Formats: sequence, structure tokens, C-alpha cells
Amino acid sequence: MIADGGWGSNGSALHGFDTCQIPGEDFTVAESHASEYGLAHHFSSMEQQREAGTIGMWIFLLTELMFFGGMFLVYAIFRATYPSGFEQGSHLLSVPLGGLNTVVLIVSSVTMAMAVYSSQVGDRRKLVGYLGVTLVLGLAFLVVKYFEYREKFEHHLFPAMGFYAPEPSHLAVQYHQPVRVFLWIYFAMTGLHALHMIIGAGMLLVLIWMAHKGRFTKSYNSPVEICGLYWHFVDIVWIFLFPLLYLTGFHLTGH
Amino acid sequence: MATEVIASVEESRQTYLNNGHTVKSWLLTLDHKRIGLLYLFSISAFFLIGGIYAALIRLELLTPKGDLLTADTYNRVFTMHGVIMIFFFLIPSIPAVLGNFLLPIMLGAKDVAFPKLNLLSWYIFMIGGALMLYTLISGGIDTGWTFYPPYSSIYSNSEVTIAGVSIFITGFSSILTGLNFMVTIHTMRAPGLTWFRLPLFVWAHYATSLIQILGTPVIAITILALALERSFQIGIFDPKLGGDPVLFQHLFWFYSHPAVYIMILPSMGVVSEIIANMTRKRVFGYHFVAFSSLAIAVFGFLVWGHHMFTSSQSMYAGLVFSIISYAVAIPSAIKTFNWTATIYKGSVSFDTPMIYALAFLGLFTVGGMTGLFLAALGLDVHLHDTYFVVAHFHYVMVGGAIIGYLGGLHYWWPKMTGKMYPEILGRVSAIIIFIGFNFTFFPQFILGYLGMPRRYYAYVPEFQVLHVLSSAGALVLGVGFLMPLFYLAWSIKYGKPAPNNPWTAVGLEWQTSSPPPTENFTYDPVVKTEAYEFEHVEEIRQAGKAASAQPA
Repeated sequence: MIADGGWGSNGSALHGFDTCQIPGEDFTVAESHASEYGLAHHFSSMEQQREAGTIGMWIFLLTELMFFGGMFLVYAIFRATYPSGFEQGSHLLSVPLGGLNTVVLIVSSVTMAMAVYSSQVGDRRKLVGYLGVTLVLGLAFLVVKYFEYREKFEHHLFPAMGFYAPEPSHLAVQYHQPVRVFLWIYFAMTGLHALHMIIGAGMLLVLIWMAHKGRFTKSYNSPVEICGLYWHFVDIVWIFLFPLLYLTGFHLTGH
Repeated sequence: MATEVIASVEESRQTYLNNGHTVKSWLLTLDHKRIGLLYLFSISAFFLIGGIYAALIRLELLTPKGDLLTADTYNRVFTMHGVIMIFFFLIPSIPAVLGNFLLPIMLGAKDVAFPKLNLLSWYIFMIGGALMLYTLISGGIDTGWTFYPPYSSIYSNSEVTIAGVSIFITGFSSILTGLNFMVTIHTMRAPGLTWFRLPLFVWAHYATSLIQILGTPVIAITILALALERSFQIGIFDPKLGGDPVLFQHLFWFYSHPAVYIMILPSMGVVSEIIANMTRKRVFGYHFVAFSSLAIAVFGFLVWGHHMFTSSQSMYAGLVFSIISYAVAIPSAIKTFNWTATIYKGSVSFDTPMIYALAFLGLFTVGGMTGLFLAALGLDVHLHDTYFVVAHFHYVMVGGAIIGYLGGLHYWWPKMTGKMYPEILGRVSAIIIFIGFNFTFFPQFILGYLGMPRRYYAYVPEFQVLHVLSSAGALVLGVGFLMPLFYLAWSIKYGKPAPNNPWTAVGLEWQTSSPPPTENFTYDPVVKTEAYEFEHVEEIRQAGKAASAQPA
């Protein structure tokens, strides 16, 4: 490989040629970029920066997919091992609350998409509004989740050793062991999901603050878009979790 | 005369090394080159610690009886050797040090795509490393680096949970580095630098990043589950509670087998660079070598079951895993044959990096071929968990990964530090390492075949001759490894100033000054030729002399 201006004996002449295309020395190039709002020093154009951010988030979501993927594998294996345990365990979960949360998240995905659109057209007031609604919906999800978890703790259905003690009215004794595995998977997967929701809520707070300060413009709004990708991903994970955990009982018993 | 001019220019020129001398300018740097050096210091420290554990193992095995260490201490020693060497030295070695330093320069970019994330990766690595040091001080763990439950989850009396958290955290450093590299390769290439003009080092790192981003999250969730299992007895891996211990092995090896390719692929990238530039020939079958990296990454995900031929896995699954494991040999062989073909009729110079590259070719071939022995369903039942396995993976990891790392470190040392290392000492130590390595690990093939199991602190007396041979070899190997530590450190202060292109090599990194300025290039590079284009090599050499005589 041979690059222009690197090694030629007339290196200075070639260098001059380069500076014709991009005015100034490197540090002044950085300064002239600084006038292009929001461009980091090591990127050469807004387009490159936006592309890097978007690809970066997609790749990150790929790692998240593998992260949750390990748990989905665990789910698949134990569901095949203990079909009736999963059916019984599924009946312990509240379908109305899970369904409500599903609706809440789908709506939050819509408002997030609207927020991304508002940022693209440069509507600051609507952007703050939609981000705010998304945040409220995300928090509503977590509140519902809190009540669901609390109910499990009250009935000693959290599967830790020494704590797990389902009442016979809830669960026949022969199902205690397999349902314990089911509940462990339930807590691990929904807990991980809730953790991602909390991180997403933190991101939204920062975005709202930045949007409120007017940091986003028509040409610089990739943070909103990138956080949007993350938010949609977390929603989609729930779309899989809800039927796999809550509705399995219905599926297996044919109700 | 030329060197005097360089020396005087050296004083005034702004480089990434003299751009800020405070501790803060290093610890808060966003410069990929400085972050590469931060990694270099951290992993060298871990290499030393891991090396001390290796020395203890070899000392203990000098005699058939457990004279030096108790059985329990020995368990902790070989576990800590494995954990530290794998998670804190081999996996970050080439990507985090050489990759960080070189990838943006090879692409003609000013930095990686996400410089802050890059620094964060180092801090995450250090947090994980600090926890591992805590584990070490608290006595180490005794589960073996594989953490198999139920021993690790129920019976072990060591800090398995903290070690697990440490590896969990360090994993994110690896994921973020892979993510950063992948985005950088996709978006930060200089104008004209198309995919098939990329140096093979970059291709190798692309494949490595693929494994890092797809594999590491799985070990993260697995180790997390193990830590929960140990803390709360949740019963996912414990058969008493309805769990499945073999599930852990599946999840563990789904990452940990591809992790072997995280270690070896970057090394293959380094060897491609060294062989092309030291024989002054374009790598034979460039496209095949590039795609074989990707093929290794993809096949690597489909072979984990060959670690479990004796773990109650179904015979049919074993058969499939065996066949796919054989298939990995194809891209590996493509690389080896193509490197050999590159050397053929090349203008070979035997500088230190080339000696390492040649050592790599031989040792990796032995390591890879013995891998086929272990991939054979029937033979593996005999060889499973013996010293044959130990010898095999040391041929791949030390003979492959570390030899490649050291070769690369020597090859790019002039670029990284602006100083030449002492060439004679370099060659001598490379040869000492090669001899010491073979004396250490070749006897272990025989030991394993004769039935010496791994992870035992005592053995029957007839194995002593081979064990003494191995321990004596380890001493030679240790001397070989310590030599570069001293002379490379020495060369930073007293070495001869390095010219911009000491090897008359091609590639963008040789077209900037040594050491490079903070922004890597004083001009915007444009690439017009293929990788490893040596037609103009004499022209480059002359021009390099002329250019370095002028103030940059």
C-alpha cells in the first residue's frame, strides 16, 4: 500500500496538495470541524460518525442477543426436561399484569419511534415530550414488575435455598423441584430484562436533559436514534419473555 | 549522517509519547496508542504472575512425590496459572496491545471509532484484574480454570464467586474492544482502502472481534449463573436440585473453545505481516488467508462438544462435533501452506520477528496436528485429561499465540517506542525460547500418551525422567521469556533511534514517523495499491530516508 504524501521525496509538495482539499493543518482541521456541531475530532464527517454510532449499537445489540441467548438456551433445555413443571410454574404468574406490561412496552416503543422522528425533523418540544412519555411508560413497567416480584416474595416463591417454600394450596408438592427451576429462570430472565430497562431509563433521563438544553439539531441527533435502537431491543426481548414465561401454561394445557 | 539528522529532528518533533508527561495524561488518555501501552504494562504484570505459578508447577513436578506443595495448594496453583494466563494475558495480549496500537494506523485513521469506550475497556480490565489479584491474595481458587460444577458450586472452599465476578467483568473489556475494532474496521478505513486491500492483520482482528462479541456474552451469563448457583443454590447446575451439570460444560465451552481462536487468530495476523514483509513478497493466496480467518471464527463456534466426548454427551453429537473439529483444520492448513508458499523464493531476512514467525509455523503445526488426535472420538477417550492435552494446548497457546505476540512486539517495537531493540539479543532469546519451549512441552505428549493425567501433584516414579526434562526445559523457556523483558525495557532509554521504516516494510504504519504523532499521520492517507505491494519497495526505502531527513 502506498499512501499519498507519506513517503514521496516530494512529500511536502504532496502535503500541500492535501491541504488544498482540506484547509489548514490537522489541528485547524479539528477546529474547522468543531464548527460542525457535535463532530468528534477523530471522525472526518458527520456521516462517518453517525454510521459508526449506529453500527456500534447494532453490534452491541448482537452481544446482548448472545447474552440473553444463553438464558433462552437454558429455558429451552429445562422446558424440555420439565414440561409439566413449566406449566405449573407458568400458572403462578399473573397474565393480566404481564399482559398490561406488554402493552405498556409496545406503546413505549411507539413513543420512542416518535421521539426519534421528532429529533430528525428538529422539533425540540415534541422530542422532550415523547422522550418523557417513553420514560414514564418504562417506569410504569418497572413499578408493575415490582408488585409482581413482591407478590412472589410474599408467597415464598423466590427460588433461593432456605427461602423457597411454596404453600401446598399454590403448588402440589411433586412440582416443587421443577417449578423451582422454572422460577429461577423467570427471575433471572425478567431480572436481567428489568436491569436493562433501568439502564434504558437512565439513558432516557440523559437524553431528555440534553434535548431540553437544545443539544440536538436536525443534523446531530444520532444519540436519540442509537438509544432508540436499544429501547426497541429491550422491548423485543420482553415480547419473547411474555409468552415463554406467562403463557406457557395455557399453551401446554390447551386453554 | 542521516541518523544525526534524525536525532536532532527527534528532539523537536511532537509524538504521542511526548504529548503530555503527567500521570493524568496517561490515565485519562483517549489515544489508542497510549491505551495500547497501558495494556502492555498490565498484561506483562499478569504474565509474570502467571509465569511464577507455572514455575511452581514445574518445580513441584520435579519429583514423583508431592514434596514442595500440598495437593490443595497445587490445585490452586495450576488453576491460578490457567485463569491468569488465559483471561488476563492471552485473550487481551495481541488485540489489546498490538491491535489497539496498530489497527487505526493500518486503516489510516486518527483513532478507533470510540476512544472513550476504548479507555473504559482498559479500566474494566483493571477492575477485573484487581478482583483477580484479591482472589490470588486470598489463596487462589482450586477448581481448575474450567470451573466445572458441582465442585465449583458446592464443594470448593475458595473464592470462586469473586473469581467468577472478576472474569465476568473482564469479559466486558473484551466485548467492548471487539465491538470497537469491528466498528473501526467498518467505518474508519482511509479513502481507497477497500476490504481486499486491508492488511491480513486487520482481517485477523476482524475475525477475532466477531468471536469476542458473539462468544464472550455467553461466558458472562454462564459465570453469572454459576456465581448465583454458588451463592443461592438456585439449582440450575446442581443435579440434586434438578439442575444439569453438563449444561454448564456446554455453555462454558461454547465460549471457551472459540476463545482459543481469540488467542490464535490475532497471532496469525501478526505472522502474516511478518512473513510478507520479511520475505518481501505478497502473501500467497491473500484472499484465502483472509477468508480462512473468518472460516476459523465461524467453525470455531461449532466444535465445543469435542471437549465433552467423555462427559455423557450422546455419541451422535460426539460424531458431529468430531467431524466439524476436523473441518477447522482446513482453514488452519490453508494459512500454514500459504505462509510457506510465501517464503518460497522470497528474499528472506532472518531478523528476530522472522525467527519468531518461523517458530510459529513449526510449533503451530505441531499444536494443530495434535488437535486432530484429540478430535478423533476413539483416541480422545484414551488421551482425555492427560498431559497430551496439556502439551497440545500449550503448543497452540504458547507456541502459537505467545510466540506470535513476541514476534509482533519485536516487529513493531521500533514503531511503538521509536527505539531499536538489540538485534543480537533478540535473535538469541527467540532461539532460546524455541528450544526451551520444545524441551518443556514435547515430553508432555509422551507423558500423556503413556497415561499421566493432568492436574495431579504426584505421579508414578517411571514418569520422572520426562517430567525432569520438562521442568529443565521450563527453566530455559523462563530465561528466554525474561530476556526480552529486560532488553526491551533497556532499549526504551538506551536503544538506537529507530528509522521510520526499519524493515523496509509496506503498510500504512511504516509510512508515518516512529513513534507516530498523536493524530497518527501528518497528512490524510489515501491508499492506491493492494496490500503487500513490493514492486516499489526500493523506491519506498529511498523516499523514507529522504522524508525522515526532513522535519515532519
